[in-house]
Amino acid sequence: MSTPATTIFSPATAARFDRLVTLYPVKRSALVPMLLYAQDEVGYISDAVVAEIAQRVGIADHDVRSVLSYYSMLRTKPAGKYNVQVCTNISCMLRNGFGILEHCKKRLGIGHKETTPDGLFSLEEVECIGACCWAPAIQVNYDFYDDLTTEKMDQILEDYKAGRGKETV
Amino acid sequence: MADVTFTVDGKKLTAPAGTLLIDACKAAGIEIPAFCYYPKLSVQAACRMCVVRIEKMPKLQTACTTPVTEGMVVATETDEVKQARKATIELLLGNHPLDCPVCDAGGECELQDMTFKYGAAESKYVEIKQHREEQQWSPVVYFDRPRCILCYRCVTVCGPGMDVWALAIENRGVHAVIAPNEQDHLNCEECGMCIDLCPVGALTSGTYRYKTRPWEMNHVATVCTHCGDGCKTTLGVRSVNDGVEIIRGDNRDKSGMNGDFLCNKGRYAFDFANRTDRLTKPLIRQPDGKFAEVNWDHALDFAGKKLHEIREAKGGQSIGVIGSNRTTNEEAYLLQKFARTVLGTNNIDHHRTADYVSFAAALKGKAAHTASLRDTATAPAILLLGNNPTDQHPALAWNLRSNVRLNRARIYIANHSEIKLRRQAKAFLEIPQDGYASLVQYLAGNDGAIAANDSTAAFRDAIRKEESLVIVFGSEYRGRDIQALVDFGLSLPNTKFAALGDYANSRGAADMGLLPDLLPGYVPVGDAAHFTEEYGAAMPPTAGLDLLQMFDAAQRGDLSALYIVGSNPVSRYGVDPASLKNTFLVVQDMFMTETAALADVIFPAANLYEKSGTVTNTFGDIQLAKKAADKAGVRTDFELIVRLADRMGSDPKRLVPFGRGVYADMGQSRGAQSGEADRHAVWLAANHLEPKLSPFDPFATLDEIQRLVPSYNVSRLELLAGMDQQEKLDLVQIQPTASRRDLVLPAEDTLFTSGTLGRYSDMLKAIVESRTTPNPAETAAD
Repeated sequence: MSTPATTIFSPATAARFDRLVTLYPVKRSALVPMLLYAQDEVGYISDAVVAEIAQRVGIADHDVRSVLSYYSMLRTKPAGKYNVQVCTNISCMLRNGFGILEHCKKRLGIGHKETTPDGLFSLEEVECIGACCWAPAIQVNYDFYDDLTTEKMDQILEDYKAGRGKETV
Repeated sequence: MADVTFTVDGKKLTAPAGTLLIDACKAAGIEIPAFCYYPKLSVQAACRMCVVRIEKMPKLQTACTTPVTEGMVVATETDEVKQARKATIELLLGNHPLDCPVCDAGGECELQDMTFKYGAAESKYVEIKQHREEQQWSPVVYFDRPRCILCYRCVTVCGPGMDVWALAIENRGVHAVIAPNEQDHLNCEECGMCIDLCPVGALTSGTYRYKTRPWEMNHVATVCTHCGDGCKTTLGVRSVNDGVEIIRGDNRDKSGMNGDFLCNKGRYAFDFANRTDRLTKPLIRQPDGKFAEVNWDHALDFAGKKLHEIREAKGGQSIGVIGSNRTTNEEAYLLQKFARTVLGTNNIDHHRTADYVSFAAALKGKAAHTASLRDTATAPAILLLGNNPTDQHPALAWNLRSNVRLNRARIYIANHSEIKLRRQAKAFLEIPQDGYASLVQYLAGNDGAIAANDSTAAFRDAIRKEESLVIVFGSEYRGRDIQALVDFGLSLPNTKFAALGDYANSRGAADMGLLPDLLPGYVPVGDAAHFTEEYGAAMPPTAGLDLLQMFDAAQRGDLSALYIVGSNPVSRYGVDPASLKNTFLVVQDMFMTETAALADVIFPAANLYEKSGTVTNTFGDIQLAKKAADKAGVRTDFELIVRLADRMGSDPKRLVPFGRGVYADMGQSRGAQSGEADRHAVWLAANHLEPKLSPFDPFATLDEIQRLVPSYNVSRLELLAGMDQQEKLDLVQIQPTASRRDLVLPAEDTLFTSGTLGRYSDMLKAIVESRTTPNPAETAAD
């Protein structure tokens, strides 16, 4: 129900959270943005994140989990360093989005919502990412790649493996 | 808000603007089915059952979220609507097992009713149903996942309703599931509201599940015997070999002051009545110190003769009487009449849990200043001083929470601990445990009474600004403190008061004169004129011994006999058993309590669920208790007192004014047994009397109470119809004189205890154990 004495977040995020809960008529409304920011910082929603956010918003841990489990973009396990998100919604599907997804699965040796043993890549099939004009498209963390072919996809994965990939944010 | 006029199924209806269509239709007798909607809980719009066709709107609309507007034209049962509802049910039945014949909810299941109504028996879905094993979440809550239709009612009643937040939906879509807060079990108040509201058989009760079917029970709505709130609990009863057993307690009859609410005690803690170790035969202590079972005739004769002897030899002042907090008003009244006119003593008392005497004295002659339990659900502002209603008065706590949620009521709380209700409070003031009296002085304007600061000043200012206030206070206030509090309250424009005490009829016990110095209606024993006239017998004119003095007298050897009805003072007050060894002790109780174990004669007694009469809750709301259960071998305290008087050579007709006047019990008080040949009727037939003339008719005694106690002269008609009637405390003829000895000993009950009775409830014990014993899964493997 209040700002905790100790926080697991960075001072910047903690300050942001302090402000977030004051922006809405009810504190609860700050829950989803807080979870997203927390995921960006921590990498996933850990038990400690749930506990602190519950305290900040003034609701039960259980209630936070209820919201958390609703949204597929919120994860409770760490993802790889590069989270490859392949869109398979209608435009991408028509332009071989599933082919790209299958290709990634084969290349990385992992399935949907799985992570490679070295922790470098994780793979996710996602709903529309708003890049329909240049389908098929994927997102690696917050960076977009579009108008893809399996060859281009190989190149992107190679670049990230070699540390040459885009890393915005 | 202004009224609007609209048309539903061709009928012109009027309702205040903003009323939800579903409620407006219900009020006009038009049923719109809904699973997720529950009145007074937050709107979900999840189930799509309440869809209706509204003209000029493009699609079917949900009636539970649509406010009525001027000129709206609605059709609730067109083919289109029926088809939509049928499709919804078909989807709900996609995974719902069709095991109605073994399901607990079968026969009172809303999904079953709707399937029947809309004929969705055939399904286009041929996929195999997903099955999940049922789970036990607590001793009382079981969850059967496939039956759940995800209506959210349990989630909303547990969250906003109870402020417990133990249930939530996890995951999404087909994976969505109701989950308890501790992964595989619940950590909650065990109120069972989720079970009550569940429209299907997904949440079932540990006491009732798989025991019977709803139509095999009789349902009797009576008053709960546990705390002082006076909730109605509907007891589902069934005939068994030795009487009528209670199988279920729930809130099926929602006519009580508790509205939708019932706590775990009202719901599960009836099981003491079914225990096999109940006393069912009269017992007399033999010369060897052991109890022997005897027949009723012998036991009554023995006790009656012995009491008669003692009265004749040593006088009434050597006899004491202790009454109960759980007997009816009529029984309490009869007991004091028996003590004063037959035994000839004023040595009569009971375990006091609140200072109702001082409360009555403080409000003498001041009409319309007592708050009913109902007032706490509607009052715009409430000041709660002391007590912890969440534990001790769950219905009051529910009312306060609902009042804040639905009416934006302002609750002000001062307490010495951080009680849970502070979460709903507009202002919460933590005060020292001994600071209640000085708080009132401070509120009344004495700045130096407490360590004042800005928050105390704001607290005081806010209260003083209230134009209408209900002050609810706990047993922290006694004697002069109550007077001071009432004086302060009356300085505000419009104030009502309520004193909080424990147990079903503590208020009634005090009102009915189970006090050494006061007759029924708080009339001083020295001023008994109209009582003497009515009773036709002289009564001792001076105050008798109070409860503690009686035990002191026994210790000194000055108390030759003690008659204890439905009370366990030996345990409650830690009485030394040796002090009673020279006292002839007659005990009426359900169980072999610490007190009963010391008795010379024990009469097995019926409990509040096995008798009829009236009870008064701590707010002064008088209600009818109906007979629900029955146990072979036991008798009501009422009957026992009459029989004992008879055996002492007294005329029962003097004690119970039966056959006088036109009032009579024509069977309306006998609940489930109405129309059956009960003991009452058998006695009458044997005595060649008309059915309305019985010495065991509590309503004859109620006649007398209403004649002699003006504050109880409430509408008999409403009372018999099951309505609560507020006692008129202003008519009490008490003299606000001498300071009385403070004998208040609050029960300090939690949610899972009930005085010395709670331990006889296996379900309450199981709940307490489940909370103290660690879950095996959580125990370390080593």
